[in-house]
Amino acid sequence: MQDNTVAIQLKSITKTFGEVVANKNVDLTVYRGEVLSILGENGSGKTTLMNMIAGIYYPDSGEIFIDGEKASIHSPKDAFAHRIGMIHQHFKLVDVFSAADNIILGEEYKGFDIKSEAERIKEEHSAENAAYAAYKPEEHTGVLAYLKAPKYHSEKETKRRIAALPFEKIAKRIKFGWLSRNRADAIQSIANRYGFEIDLKKKIYDMSVSEKQTVEIIKVLYRNADILILDEPTAVLTPQEIDKLFAVLRRMKDDGKSIIIITHKLNEVMAISDRVAVLRKGEHIATVNTADTDEKELTEMMVGKKIDLNINRSEPHDVEDRLVVDGISATNHDGVKVLDNVSFTARSGEILGIAGIAGSGQRELLEAIAGLQRIDSGDILYFDPTKDNEKIDLRAKTPVQIRDLGVRLSFVPEDRLGMGLVGNMDLVDNMMLRSYRNVKHNEADEKKECESDTEKVAEAVSEDSSAAESSGGKKSDGKPNKAKEAFAKFGRGVANCASVVWSSIFLDRKSPKNLAENIVTDLEVVTPSTRTPVRRLSGGNVQKVLVGREIAAAPTVLMAAYPVRGLDINSSYTIYNLLNEQKEQGVAVIFVGEDLDVLIDLCDRIMVVCGGKVSGIVDGRTAEKEVLGKLMTNNSGAGVAADSVGEDLQ
Amino acid sequence: MFWTFLQRAIRFSTVFMYGATGETITEKSGHLNLGIPGVMCIGAVGGVLGESLYLKSLSDISQINGFAAVIIPIIMTLIFGALAGLLFSFFTVTLRCNQNVTGLTITTFGIGFNSFYMNRIDKTGFTAASEYFIKGFPCADSAGWFGKIFLSYGTLVYLAIIVAVIAAIIIKRTRVGLNLRAVGENPATADAAGINVTKYRYIATILGSAIAGLGGLFFIMDHLGGNIEYNIDAFGWMAVALVIFTVWKPNWGILGSILFGALYISPDFMTVPSAATKEIVKLIPYFVTVVVLIVTSIINKRETQPPAALGVSYFREER
Repeated sequence: MQDNTVAIQLKSITKTFGEVVANKNVDLTVYRGEVLSILGENGSGKTTLMNMIAGIYYPDSGEIFIDGEKASIHSPKDAFAHRIGMIHQHFKLVDVFSAADNIILGEEYKGFDIKSEAERIKEEHSAENAAYAAYKPEEHTGVLAYLKAPKYHSEKETKRRIAALPFEKIAKRIKFGWLSRNRADAIQSIANRYGFEIDLKKKIYDMSVSEKQTVEIIKVLYRNADILILDEPTAVLTPQEIDKLFAVLRRMKDDGKSIIIITHKLNEVMAISDRVAVLRKGEHIATVNTADTDEKELTEMMVGKKIDLNINRSEPHDVEDRLVVDGISATNHDGVKVLDNVSFTARSGEILGIAGIAGSGQRELLEAIAGLQRIDSGDILYFDPTKDNEKIDLRAKTPVQIRDLGVRLSFVPEDRLGMGLVGNMDLVDNMMLRSYRNVKHNEADEKKECESDTEKVAEAVSEDSSAAESSGGKKSDGKPNKAKEAFAKFGRGVANCASVVWSSIFLDRKSPKNLAENIVTDLEVVTPSTRTPVRRLSGGNVQKVLVGREIAAAPTVLMAAYPVRGLDINSSYTIYNLLNEQKEQGVAVIFVGEDLDVLIDLCDRIMVVCGGKVSGIVDGRTAEKEVLGKLMTNNSGAGVAADSVGEDLQ
Repeated sequence: MFWTFLQRAIRFSTVFMYGATGETITEKSGHLNLGIPGVMCIGAVGGVLGESLYLKSLSDISQINGFAAVIIPIIMTLIFGALAGLLFSFFTVTLRCNQNVTGLTITTFGIGFNSFYMNRIDKTGFTAASEYFIKGFPCADSAGWFGKIFLSYGTLVYLAIIVAVIAAIIIKRTRVGLNLRAVGENPATADAAGINVTKYRYIATILGSAIAGLGGLFFIMDHLGGNIEYNIDAFGWMAVALVIFTVWKPNWGILGSILFGALYISPDFMTVPSAATKEIVKLIPYFVTVVVLIVTSIINKRETQPPAALGVSYFREER
């Protein structure tokens, strides 16, 4: 459908945030009826660029042309006026409203001009009058002659109609402003026309992620958008939902709409787009036809150098059981069974992959091990390598208790800024979240030591004095020396105690700062400084900080849930390599992933969960995608599984 | 006896009703205006000042015009209340100050402003002027209990109920209300939908403050009959509590206000209550509010929760 008429053109757009240059001299052209992918690493300025088209940001310099005319988009309202609609990565929906209310939200009343409306009525009436004059009733028979007769409008009637226009205008305005009870029905017809299956009276907080996305798309269509921007629409969807979304996008493309889609997944870029624009570090590198390129070339353009897209899986060595999960079951707040008799063993020096449709119990499983999810039955056993594989029961223990037992468990949760890091705190403070107790802990030991020191001194002194008493003045030579020594020791003890008290009141900021700096340099985190709040970093960089911190804790068990979600290729491989490194160092790695190809390339064993049950554990080296796919939908069948997705994501 | 009690409860509820309606409108836009007690004080000063200026302009007190004696103070109160709301919005929206701090500052300022100016205002003729505020329908006395409950009140009482009903309808049933709620729930979403968040927050806060100010005017001119030496701020806090009590619904606010009013005046109807009992009964509204807070958070129904962005300032380009 691409017809080479330019829908929107960007000319040397530049945008800076403080000292950070988000976009620099970006040129971009989008044609009517095409799907353009925007590809780039995290923080390469894709979202910023799109936000400027959608009116969320305003460019510092540069021009935007829409349909060949220069446009200035100061606000989302201006964007709507230019028929641009954006579907944001984080949905912009009001939770307590129904879908329909979200769709009509902010809609502007389009009134009519009284003068031109009067002209229109005059013309319409005179045309109908002409038809009346030309009408011959004898050409029709019976009742039809009467029914089909054109109406005659007298001059008086026309005048009256025109005189009533101001009132009509007011009435229309009031009718527009009023929320009628059946407001959802009108929009429902639009939804049905595009083939969306959705109940628009449902409240947003009752909806799954894919339903919310559907609402966003209908919202944009309702506003008659011709240019649609989708920011990572597939990140939260299951494969089936992605197929559905792409079908919708193709239908819209055939309608002549221009679609701009931001995604990290190269296979999706190849599947859906006509052309691909690559951004790197805020600059536009190239725009190519999808048909003329391949994934490898795109990656090179994106990263700026050739990179190795192979995961080097080494043979596991020194394998021993580290964590044994034996028949655990758990129910969530709503009383739904989320884990059902799950058993597996995680071994040191091995990566255990967990595959499954999102919301099949992966999150609850990891949280149960980490001590965050109460389990109803079953055992979680840890074998401590530092204590000759002594068996420790982790069941019904809080995370702090688990740590105090000497279990070195690291957990990279899927909700990075909710459970992993504190968004408003800087990198150093986030490092400290994990370590500030450790310091205290060590010092408690020291304190004990120094307390016992002082006790010894006291004993020595009393011994001395009692000895002196018993022996009279006879041993007067040895006594002062011993006492001197004792007092010196006592002094040291006091000094020790003071330093312990000092450091238990005041935080040690030095070591977390060093750690933060090491992570920034080692993992190439893009941040202005270690004192920047983490919420200001882009998704990939946030993840690097989190994974870096968890690995720095020298774990024996490392659990990572979707650690590469929303990350670009380069960052993803950095994370895979980190996991591999940990495995080689003898860590038992548990990796929850969504990309089956990666699971097969990375993991030694893959456990598949489905509806809270383990449906199979297969060897990663011999696993086949189809087998895994079947296991993923084993118990419940694809339809039911797809319905239950999303729920746990909320 | 009962009808008198009800009549007085409804009459006294007006103080809370204005405050609660105004604060609900404000909070629906996501502004937690803790300056409401101060706004009521400032509004009262404005009204009293207007009345005083009007009475001074008369050559003789007998020339007093009932309509003017009521409408001039009302307009002045609206202007003063609106100015206080403008101040709040300017600080929180334009200068992006913390809403709690700004609100408490306005309360402190309002109380001081009130006690400073009230004593300096010439009160001659206030008793006569307040007659026009208190006056109900002429046929009230002849209509028995019906007249007592429905017809015996002054202008401001009826106005309060009308304003609350209109506010409820606008919030629930119109697009303007929908947009307003969206601004309070999720300003980023509202902004992306093309709603001018700044405009909505300014207008809602100014309008809300203007309405709340009328509560102060009512208390002085109607309840106290023109006696201006009394602090109003306690009723402002009750109004803020009432907003929570009525789960952000102005129509429920009417009933809630009457309940609070009844509780507040009930010591007067007790046979020889001790001073302690009186104070404890006055405490009940706050206690009930705490209970409602607990109950709504246990029920955890999304519709009874405060606007999600309440107290949060919004700035579009913040990352």
